[in-house]
Amino acid sequence: MSDQEKANTATSRAPVSQRGHLVKMPTDGTAIGALVTVSIDGQDVKVPLGSTILEAAKQIGVKIPTLCYHEDLCIAGVCRICVVEVEGQRTLQAACAYPITSPLKIHTHTRKVRQSRRRILDLLLSKHYGECYSCFRNTNCELQTLAAEYGVDFFRFGHPDKPSSELDNSSYSVQRDMNKCILCRRCVRTCIDLQEVGVLEAVHRGDKTRISTFMDKPLAEVVCINCGQCINRCPTAALGAADPTDDVWRDINDPTKHVVIQTAPAPRAAIGECFGLPPGTPLTFEMNSALRAIGFDKVFDTNFTADLTIIEEGTELILRLHKALVEKQQVALPQFTSCSPGWVKYIEHFYPEMLPHMSSAKSPQQMFGSVIKTYYAKLNNIDPASIVTVALMPCSAKKFECNRPEMASSGYKDVDYGLVTRELAQMFKEAGIELPKMPKSDFDDPFGTATGSGVIFGATGGVMEAALRTVIELVSGMKVENLYDHANILPVRGFEGIRYVELTIPKVGPVPELLKTNKHLPFDSWDWLAGATLKVAVAHGTANAKKVLEDIKAGGKLSECHFIEFMACPGGCLGGGGMPIPTSPAIRAARAKAIYAEDAAYEVRKSHENPAVIRLYNEFLTDGPNGHTAHHLLHTTYTPRGKYIT
Amino acid sequence: MLLTEQQRLKEDIGRLVERYGAERSSLIPVLQDVQAEYGQISEYAMQEVADHLGIHPVEVYSVVTFYAFLGETYQGKFVIRLCRTISCDMAGKEKVARQLENDLGITFGQTTKDGKFSLEWANCIGMCDQGPALLVNDHVFTSVTSEKVHDILQLCRKSFGPLAVHDNRHEEARA
Amino acid sequence: MSANRKGLVTFSTIDPNAALAAAVAKTRAEIIGEVTASKLKGRGGAGFPTGVKWNLAAAAKGDAKYVICNADEGEPGTFKDRVILAEVPDLVFAGMTIGGIAIGAVKGIIYLRGEYTYLREQLESALAKRRAAGLLGPQVMDKAVAFDIEIRMGSGAYVCGEETALIESLEGQRGEPRNRPPFPVDTGFMGQPTIVNNVETFACVAAIFAKGAAWFASIGTEKSTGPKLFSVSGDCARPGVYEFPLGIMVSELLREVGGENAKAVQIGGASGHCVPSSEFTRTLSYEDVSTGGSVMVFGPQRDMLAVAKNFMEFFVEESCGQCTPCREGNAKLLEGIEMLEEGRCSAAYLDELTKLGEVMQLASKCGLGQSSPNAFLSIVSHFQDELMGRTHGLVR
Repeated sequence: MSDQEKANTATSRAPVSQRGHLVKMPTDGTAIGALVTVSIDGQDVKVPLGSTILEAAKQIGVKIPTLCYHEDLCIAGVCRICVVEVEGQRTLQAACAYPITSPLKIHTHTRKVRQSRRRILDLLLSKHYGECYSCFRNTNCELQTLAAEYGVDFFRFGHPDKPSSELDNSSYSVQRDMNKCILCRRCVRTCIDLQEVGVLEAVHRGDKTRISTFMDKPLAEVVCINCGQCINRCPTAALGAADPTDDVWRDINDPTKHVVIQTAPAPRAAIGECFGLPPGTPLTFEMNSALRAIGFDKVFDTNFTADLTIIEEGTELILRLHKALVEKQQVALPQFTSCSPGWVKYIEHFYPEMLPHMSSAKSPQQMFGSVIKTYYAKLNNIDPASIVTVALMPCSAKKFECNRPEMASSGYKDVDYGLVTRELAQMFKEAGIELPKMPKSDFDDPFGTATGSGVIFGATGGVMEAALRTVIELVSGMKVENLYDHANILPVRGFEGIRYVELTIPKVGPVPELLKTNKHLPFDSWDWLAGATLKVAVAHGTANAKKVLEDIKAGGKLSECHFIEFMACPGGCLGGGGMPIPTSPAIRAARAKAIYAEDAAYEVRKSHENPAVIRLYNEFLTDGPNGHTAHHLLHTTYTPRGKYIT
Repeated sequence: MLLTEQQRLKEDIGRLVERYGAERSSLIPVLQDVQAEYGQISEYAMQEVADHLGIHPVEVYSVVTFYAFLGETYQGKFVIRLCRTISCDMAGKEKVARQLENDLGITFGQTTKDGKFSLEWANCIGMCDQGPALLVNDHVFTSVTSEKVHDILQLCRKSFGPLAVHDNRHEEARA
Repeated sequence: MSANRKGLVTFSTIDPNAALAAAVAKTRAEIIGEVTASKLKGRGGAGFPTGVKWNLAAAAKGDAKYVICNADEGEPGTFKDRVILAEVPDLVFAGMTIGGIAIGAVKGIIYLRGEYTYLREQLESALAKRRAAGLLGPQVMDKAVAFDIEIRMGSGAYVCGEETALIESLEGQRGEPRNRPPFPVDTGFMGQPTIVNNVETFACVAAIFAKGAAWFASIGTEKSTGPKLFSVSGDCARPGVYEFPLGIMVSELLREVGGENAKAVQIGGASGHCVPSSEFTRTLSYEDVSTGGSVMVFGPQRDMLAVAKNFMEFFVEESCGQCTPCREGNAKLLEGIEMLEEGRCSAAYLDELTKLGEVMQLASKCGLGQSSPNAFLSIVSHFQDELMGRTHGLVR
């Protein structure tokens, strides 16, 4: 089943008017009648029955402009920019929404078509308050591009000279500027259908139609999870992220501040897109040099705390399992991962009753912040008050996360700014840095050493794979490479929405020293895990998360899981709301490829083998994983928010 | 809103959902009944309905704002909808409109302070051969003249008789 | 022309029970054959052949099928469905039942516009009587066919008269038209095969089964068969509902209703066309001026710009707002009318607006946007002199 078909199934939440009515495709492509020949601009093309005109045109390289169409979303057919002429039809047809069920003769650029498209553009521009110079989507705006392609040289129906609605900048993460909205409803379909969060919808009707929230509340007062998927799919700048670059520049230029940046794995695989490189071109080491060049005092790798997360979250899981299996106590299982702040806010809003399942481990970003303002400050004799921690993230929700009041276990705001990939690219450009041409350099010590396990956090299934690598080795004492070729646990990889995997623990070894440093460890051998089968699952996109949670509530197969990885964004972090625009399945797949290639290149690929992590436990978190210090600095609590904010 | 009033609304919505079925297709009938009973579909009502039908409150809000007969702001006991479409326009709806505004002391789109009357425009109510025409709640009046406006309003003010379909509405619902 | 044309001339003579009895004695194929033979076309305005529609729905596969009666009579100037529902509701119910038998549906829904809520009670009681009489229910007329009818109310949205918007509304959504194809006969209410027909169409079906397809086809013209109801309003001596055979000339109709001195008539409501007096020899038929039955008469004193403005205000408000040409286009046309009103519209801009109107006709998603510029375009083309260079605003 294609994603498109999935979007069209009965369970899809989008109104039918915003869904493509695709004809059921024959499963057997060779069956008689399974293929239809249509003529597009005089060129014949054979397509499967039920393909749209747009798909058929793509197949032979005929470009039809689109605005409301997005590969990830169901069909709306509302902007009408993709209209084409179908012989025998009185009106023009939307190429994105018209299913081919019989031989058609299609013309994509007749006079009628060109005149219509040009006027539709003129109509959109008459409402779009576009001051392109001062717009963050300048040179990356679909409306602007179309205006250029269609040679818009004057505003036929006028152009607004001042904004008519106020910017909603109430949220730490997502900003809405309705002056730039062209009502393509991609954000609506993203929010309701793709993510099933349900914050944005069209309200009112006629020329009063606009996109809004429940009772027109500001974003900070509704159930927005800050995933920013709407930002990535907005064709204009109606949706954007709250941008902290001015503050970051200010602190960089302040000689009294020690500004350190941690960089997450996903942005490295994507930032090249902002410099014209194809998706999936990793620029990790060029970026390190560039970050130093613009004035960051230290450049660290978030992968370090990703490894730390694995140790903490993994230990927590083992303790929960022991409680359940040996101590026979009530304990919330499966344990849920907590790295994705969009997912965290999702469960706080929609399933607060399931919060006990959440791992109490902070996300790598937040662990890093508290380690820097404590351990690192002490180690280097720097006043933590003068340290500014910036986090380069693929994620708009990270901006909210670092502003959570509880994220101050160092005694200071653990992470000062969440910066996203797009914003950093902008900073580089502002500084005249052509990233792809920068020399390569490594991360700074002591948090430069990371492992491949940290890197794959950037892709859906990555946290699970990293955790499994560690858990298998710690428990069995065997090299994971002996079980999985090159330690690649392929079953948890891929883009399938929900993936379920069972692993039998082949044998048990001795309890490793690292765990034993926790004096309260309730066991001294793994015998209780001998022959156990570990059941895990992976879900990405909150629509899939919802399915998993509902299955657990209903006592389905997934309720038997021990550990489940959740990522709010489709594809995981590499599809995050702070990543370069546009996004599509192919772009995300290319980014994933780059991430797994980076993992394969690491010498150390398992979190528990990270020497810097081991050193941290030896020197600082001396009461071991999940010990008292670790609990204070590396773990957090959650807020049951509920669906309604009153 | 008073707690008791909210409780009543909650129970009413529960009953309505039971009657029409807990499906998306019941949304509009449920909203229509809430509108008729309470004169508005409040924020709380929208959340409650959304919960019952398993949809997002913003989807309910989206539907409420789409339809002219549904709304989140309180409407009076008597909603007067004067047709403004061409046949009634040619038949002299402007004079009737002016008289309605004068007699009620409000303009179109407003509700009187006592919560009795709301004045709205309607788009063609299908009485084109007998214009100007207006609806008072569900009742239709045709060939309305400016003099007749007074009689219609008097009939409403008696708050009984054929037009008093909303007598059971609680005044607190306005808050 | 016969003496009395006012009111429901034919429909008041039809016995709905006889019609239903005639239909239940036939096979499904025979029923559809009869409807096809009558050459009945949809009375809502679009004029799609009813027999073809039913045949498609009958052939479509589905777990359940639905018969929907479109009683969302919102087209300005149209009120004949209200009269049918008030006076001969059983004809409509019989027509729906026949439709149900024909396509294999057991459920019918009447989507009644919110403005007609006062009709609901009497329609419910008429339905109850039919159930009691065995004309609706698990065994219609003691035959092994089940059919029942439910009334659902609209909530004040003209666009819900568009069949897919109507279905969206029934499904609890905003009344936003769907992409077509597929059509409701294939994927309609709840994704199932559905026929959506106008009130008058169902009444015609009952008439066809009571008096025969040949009788029906003998009335009107070759392509526009049967009697047709017209809702006549505006500047004429005798407004009201009239019945004429399709193919009647505009001038004949005007004579009948006492509107001979009209300067123009608007045929087909706000979404229809404005016919000036020079074209009163045109006929009301699917092949000439097509209409759902609305005829609005404009006397010599009427300001055609005021007429155009009223229509455009209507569409600006009643557009569902999802597609660009209709949402923004109608607002631009209204702005243009205001410019004309103030006497500050250049000929070049009026030309731009005309082209915009044509684009709306071509590129809008549904029939509303495709037809909303009709009135503006026809008024501009016939009364340009009256519209341009204005110094006096609107005349009322």
